[in-house]
Amino acid sequence: MHSLVFIKQVPDAAQVRINYETGTLIREGVPSIINPFDAHAIEAAVQLKDKYGGNVSVISMGPPMAKEILKKALAMGADKVFLLSDMVFAGADTLATSYALWAGAKKVAEEVGSIDIYWTGKQAIDGDTAQTGPGIATRFNIPLVTYAVEIKEVDKQNKKIKVSRLIDGGMETVEVPLPCLITTEETINTLRYAPLPYLIKAAKTSVVLLNSGNTEIDAEQCGLKNSPTKVKKAFTPPKREKGEMLEGNDEKTLNALYDKLEPILKQCGKL
Amino acid sequence: MIKQNITEYNNVWVFIEHNKGKVELVSLQLLSKAKEIARDLHCDVCAFTVGDNVKPLENEVAEYGAKKFYIIENSALKDYRTEPWRDSISHLISKNKPAVVLIGATALGRDLAGTVATVLKAGLTADTTALDIDPETKNLLMTRPTFGGNLMATIFCPDNRPQMSTVRPGVFEAIKNPSKMEIIKDKFSITEDEIVKKIIEKVQTGEDKLNLGFYDIIVAGGKGMGKKENFKLLENLANVLGGTWAVSRQAVQMGWAHHTRQVGQTGQTVHPKIYIAAGISGAIQHLAGMKSSDIIVAINTDDQAPIFEIATYGIVGDALKVLPKLTKTFKGKLKI
Repeated sequence: MHSLVFIKQVPDAAQVRINYETGTLIREGVPSIINPFDAHAIEAAVQLKDKYGGNVSVISMGPPMAKEILKKALAMGADKVFLLSDMVFAGADTLATSYALWAGAKKVAEEVGSIDIYWTGKQAIDGDTAQTGPGIATRFNIPLVTYAVEIKEVDKQNKKIKVSRLIDGGMETVEVPLPCLITTEETINTLRYAPLPYLIKAAKTSVVLLNSGNTEIDAEQCGLKNSPTKVKKAFTPPKREKGEMLEGNDEKTLNALYDKLEPILKQCGKL
Repeated sequence: MIKQNITEYNNVWVFIEHNKGKVELVSLQLLSKAKEIARDLHCDVCAFTVGDNVKPLENEVAEYGAKKFYIIENSALKDYRTEPWRDSISHLISKNKPAVVLIGATALGRDLAGTVATVLKAGLTADTTALDIDPETKNLLMTRPTFGGNLMATIFCPDNRPQMSTVRPGVFEAIKNPSKMEIIKDKFSITEDEIVKKIIEKVQTGEDKLNLGFYDIIVAGGKGMGKKENFKLLENLANVLGGTWAVSRQAVQMGWAHHTRQVGQTGQTVHPKIYIAAGISGAIQHLAGMKSSDIIVAINTDDQAPIFEIATYGIVGDALKVLPKLTKTFKGKLKI
């Protein structure tokens, strides 16, 4: 059972502030972390390895400093880590990103053996798109299982997996053949503290660097230039102003509150 | 990137999401918004969907202004599964070449859109909250929150068609606008044997796997709720409003509620239409998970509580007394 986890380096949302004058995020001095949903994907892959054997590889795309999160992935139990780092990838939208990660994943499989399960977090906390996982699964033409909350059953013999996933207003359990791609919710597991042997391994293992030179990545499908979507402008939403304090808390006040909320309730289809 | 003749692409398409023979509200909201976009582009609004029997949807789709309804019916497309829906929908889109494709940003819509756009090599913008046509270039301008709502970005797709977007539910109003609608039936050949994904079971959400993000009204309680038994007051109001209830981190730490109901940095991030914070002081860690809610109603005994700094409407008072009164008021008005 070999796994490959796609992870993204994101700024720690808790420490990002906003420059309201320039309309940009202040990232200076903000530590980078593994996208929290991706951390749960690593944990899920490591738990399956502990149970069924095999290896766990992790890949990320980003600047050289993204090596740091790959070191953390090793400390979480990954065996091999890869960084796709090349200027040709810069400015990619989700279509170009899923292309590069897919092409990089094929290279990883050459090194570690054929992959049974590809994993990624349900979305990244900076872009919030949730589009890269579905994009990679489509490029591989393998079954996609998004919003996974529980690995129910692994049938190693017949190469099948049963996964519970969130759907609108409920949950469903699906069975798919391997290989497949699973995107994880935070609730799929609880992150553990890195055990000492993993920490030692992390210190000893180096990050394998991949770029357009040592992979078969077509630069004509990468980066800003080959991304169909472009950013026209970025701006900060107006700062939330202090609202209206309603006088008292009697029936009259609550009726007034209802009147203010009525148009919204209508919009939500509650009326 | 493949160069396209973008002038070949015409009309605004809206995906009709359906469940048990009923159209999801977000699809009707998008039909109404699509009408405005189509007016600016001088073209028509078309609806499209796939399923095993989509006949029951026709009347409602026509009532909300679609001129054409493209459908594929096949028993293998009964329940949503990514791969067969992706392939049949990609077939419809690549054959008919719409300029714009709008899909509700539901769990289903976001799962589907990412795969369809990859098949079509189309530009896709996630979870938009505003859609406009650039008066000069006629490109669709898609504005969306990123970074948990701290930054907004306007995205466009100048050289590729269709311009695809998932759109957050509840942003636009569904307005009836009856139209004479033509039904265009297409075929997609697929059998159950060819589909490798099997649905084993579907269940209603249980307490342990709750996704607060699906609700447009959330009634949340914190330390000011006093004890576990009082959380029933949140649930009662949430039920009247057709929403759900949530808690702050402190309430979880007191053992009053399960972690899956926690809103905040270490819990879930939500952006409902209405967020009612009862007995929640408004610690930064909590605000990070809910401050992008459209309307925030705060109820707290302390008129200096930080939650009032971001609340749209504030009521100074004991949540335990205000909540039942609020439930009664809304129950009377909503006639549920």
